[in-house]
Parts: sequence; structure tokens; C-alpha cells
Amino acid sequence: MEKRVVFRSKWLPYLLVAPQLAITVIFFFWPASQAIVQSVQQQDPFGISVEFVGLENFVALFNDPHYIESFRVTAIFSVLVAFFGMTISLILAVYADRAMRFAGVYKTLLIWPYAVAHAVAAVLWLFLFNPTLGVVAHWIRGFGIGWDPLLVGRDAMILVVVAAVWNQISYNFLFFLAGLQSIPKSLIEAAAIDGAGPGRRFLTIVMPLLSPTTFFLLVVNVVYAFFNTFAIIDAATSGGPGTATTILVYKVYKDGFKALDLGSSAAQSVILMIIVILLTIVQFRYIERKVQY
Amino acid sequence: MEEIATAAAADATKSARRRPLRGGGRREGMVENRPFLDFITHAVLILGVAIIAFPVYITFVASTITAEEVLAAPMSLVPGPHLIENYREAWLRGAGNSAAPVGQMMMNSLVTALVIAIGKIAISLLSAFAIVYFNFPLRKFFFWMIFVTLMLPVEVRILPTYKVVSDLGMLDSYTGLTLPLIASATATFLFRQFFLTIPDELAEAARIDGAGPMRFFWDVVVPMSKTSMAALFVIQFIYGWNQYLWPLIVTTREDYYTVVIGIKRMIAGGGEASVEWHLVMATAILAMLPPAFVVILMQRWFVKGLVDTEK
Repeated sequence: MEKRVVFRSKWLPYLLVAPQLAITVIFFFWPASQAIVQSVQQQDPFGISVEFVGLENFVALFNDPHYIESFRVTAIFSVLVAFFGMTISLILAVYADRAMRFAGVYKTLLIWPYAVAHAVAAVLWLFLFNPTLGVVAHWIRGFGIGWDPLLVGRDAMILVVVAAVWNQISYNFLFFLAGLQSIPKSLIEAAAIDGAGPGRRFLTIVMPLLSPTTFFLLVVNVVYAFFNTFAIIDAATSGGPGTATTILVYKVYKDGFKALDLGSSAAQSVILMIIVILLTIVQFRYIERKVQY
Repeated sequence: MEEIATAAAADATKSARRRPLRGGGRREGMVENRPFLDFITHAVLILGVAIIAFPVYITFVASTITAEEVLAAPMSLVPGPHLIENYREAWLRGAGNSAAPVGQMMMNSLVTALVIAIGKIAISLLSAFAIVYFNFPLRKFFFWMIFVTLMLPVEVRILPTYKVVSDLGMLDSYTGLTLPLIASATATFLFRQFFLTIPDELAEAARIDGAGPMRFFWDVVVPMSKTSMAALFVIQFIYGWNQYLWPLIVTTREDYYTVVIGIKRMIAGGGEASVEWHLVMATAILAMLPPAFVVILMQRWFVKGLVDTEK
């Protein structure tokens, strides 16, 4: 789509895009190209010697059990965050949609966690789950279940998943609610007249009509779990205990800033870039389809 | 057209109120009336609201009692009398020895969030205007360049971006905290979409009247974009306020910590017992308030912003 009427100037448009482009080139393209260059180099931490090593960094990564483990941790984390985050939000949205007059009130009461910073959410749950003074930890132990997210990998994973889900529920809820409210009520009424109960109506009418929203949220939640949860991991567990919650994004940071392994960190950056590109393509193909409707 | 559609989506929740008019009575009246189901509906929602509010409630309680009372496991579930002194101490002194006073960190957060939100809106408005209203050789190429930034989140280029900022001498400065985060493909797309819906007749009329492009920009485009700007501002303010990774690596001096980073520093310093949880929790509440207020008070723009930026 283009404008019929445009202005003419040889220099003005360049001046207008200049600030945006300058920032884009200096802080996005240049660093990204540096990451690509460094990923095929071996450099000592002091930057004294640099050597071209081809794909060696990548080969080393995929032979590194820690890296493969990080992939596994990321996969488990993403699946749990997406599954619980979306299921809980969908249940709340379905009931909020039913609540009619009060839908607006419930909406206000459910959307504010979006405003809470990931790192703050992590600290809140870290406090609740703290093995010595946490209220929730106390209740869990009351059931006779051992609990220590500082020492047990499984407990640490539960902690970061709960914090990540809690922070993301509002977002999923808003989109599910908008999706539910856009379903024509005549369809639901027709099914009700034909004798379909609420459960049957949900499975045969609501779920299929909600599938574009669900798919969109699935992609968004995977992106969220992969990239935006860095703050949760860093503030709640620092990737530990051991490497139990070291997701890929956290490992790039740790290897780059803490271990100063530039080549490996750069190679990991490149792999993450490829993952973002794939996810973005999936997301945009979906939007294209939505526009055609 | 696009804009009308998104506005409709953003206001979808309002239709809940309009629906009874169309249905001629409560929707359930038309479908079926099940008092028990209504009871379940409200029970589930109230439970949901309670569970979601629970961590913040406990945080609030912890911020109103003394350090010793927090450590008494399990701590009390009703607020204590030390609210004012705890918040005062956190605001003026901070907590632990590795964080600045919370009042100062809140100011840093405010400056960061405002500069990021306003900066993103300003540069995106300009570049979208150039891309829509001018026909110049590199137009498509620039548009493509801005698009690609979507695929380069800071998390995947941390180390080299840090190096650039460090080489430019921007560590520990407001410039370093904000400038690299100001480029925004989503804001540019949003304004581009909106500009495409502005009737061509307006630009035509402006040209006939002899108004230059910048005059048209200030007198027509900017006033018409107010709704989009408000929606974007809410989203970007929250984004800016809640930044973590970037301020974590570009600030080493306490006087540039944002409050989100401050909280992390408060719990990271030293052993478990030395954490002053009552002050950390007061800081957490303070850190949550500004973005939460923005979301609740500007709910309409917030929802519109979320829906629009995903297009």
C-alpha cells in the first residue's frame, strides 16, 4: 500500500530517517556483525591475539554437553511456561467472558501483573519460595514435601516457571478475552438451541474459532520464554543450582561476561539469532494469513 | 481501515456492556440460565484474582514489619505497624550496602523510562513520516533495515553491544542507559500503518495551500496521531521502567542504578541472613507502583497499545 500524494525533497526524507538509522546501525547492525565475525574467531580474553578458526566454535559448542544441556533446559522451561501460562489464562478468560457485566472489573484486577518488572516478579517469588522464611515454602513442607530451590534443580525450575507464568498471565488473558469476545454470539446461541451444553460448545465452536489467537500466543510465549525471561533467571536463580536453570540466553551472558569466552559467546549469539529469525518468520506468516481473512 | 479494526479490537471488552442491547436481555437469558454456573464463574475468577494478588500482598505485609518478624518463619499474614519507617528508610538509605537510596534509583528509573518512551515515539514518528510521505530511492531499503532490528533483540548481541557503548564512553550515563534502546521497529510500523489511513486529500490540500511537508507534519499528522502516541507511550514507559539486562551491564556505579537493578543488588550482596527483606520488599512495592498506576489509569491506551504493537 502506498500513498498517491507524496512530497518531494532531495534531502528531507534522509534527514527524517537519520536518527532512527544511526541508532539502528550503531547499536544493532554493527554489534550483530561483530558477533558473526567473532563467532569464527578465537580470541584471548585480553584481545591480544585473534585467530580465524572457521566453524570450530560451533563444532565445540555442539560437542559441549553443557550447551546441549542448556538446550534441554530451555526446551523444558519454554514448554512449561507456554503450557501453564496459556491454560490458566484461557480458563480465566473463558470465565471472565461469561461474567458479562463484571468482565471489565475482573479484567482490571487481572492485567496489572503485566506492569511488574520480570526481575521484581522473580524477587517476589524467590521470597515466597525461600526455604528458610518463605510462606509458600513453609506450606509445601507442611505437606511433608522437601523443598529447596537453592539446592535442588527441580525446585529451582518450578520457581522460575511460576514467576515467568505469573508475569505473563495478563498478556495471554487479554488476548484470549479479546478473541472470545469477537466470536459471534449467534453461533453459540444456535448451538445451544440445538442442545449442545457449555462443555460441548466450548470444544466444538469456541476452541476452533480461537485457534488463530492460540497459535499467535504460542509463538509469543515461546519467544518470551526464550528471550525475555533473562531477568527472571538472573534475579531468582542465576542459572543454578549448577546449570539447572541456565537457559540459552543466560548462558550467552554467563560465558561472555563471567567466563570471558568471546568466541563461544559469539557463536551462541549467532545460533540465537537464527532461532529469533525462524520464530519471527513463523509469526509474520501467521499475521499475513490473518490479514487475508 | 486497519486503525478502525484495531480500535475495535482494543475496545472489544466494552462490547461486553453493549451485548445485552443486541441480545435483548442477558446473553444467558438467550442461551440458558444456570445459577450454579454463574456461581462457579465468579468463584473461579475471584480465586484467580486472589492467587495472582497473593505474592504482592505478602510483599506488602513483609514491607510493614521488622526484619526479625520477617525471619520468624512463617511470618505474619497481616500487615504490621512499621510501614512508614520501613519505606522511609528504604527511600532515604536503601538496603544492604551495595545499593543506592531507593528515592534516587526511582528517579533514575523515571528518567530512563521517560527518555526511552518519548525518544522511541519521536524517532519512529519521523522515520515513519519519511517512509510514507516521500518517495526516495532508498526508501524500501531503509524500511527493510528497520524491520530487521526485530530479529536482533539485545539478548542475542549483548557482548558486542556492550563493547560499542563502552568504546563510545557511554557506560554509567543516562545516554548509555537509554540511547541504544530507542530504536523501535514496532513503533515505526505502528505509525506507518496509521499514516497510511490518513486521507490523501489532506496532504493534497496542504500542498495546494503551499504548506511544506514539515508544516503538514506538525499541523496535521502529529495531532491526528495522538491516540497512537498515547497507546505507545504506555507500553514503552513500562518497557523502559522494567528494563533489566541492559542497565545491569551498562551501570556499575550506584548513582546510575535503576530501581529494578537496585532490588537485584540488594538481594545479591552477601549471605542469606544479611538480606534486609523488609526493606527489599518495600523497594519492590515502590518499584511496582509507577508502571502499575500507568496500566490501571490508562487501561484503554494500554490495551490498545498491546494489541497494536503486535500487528
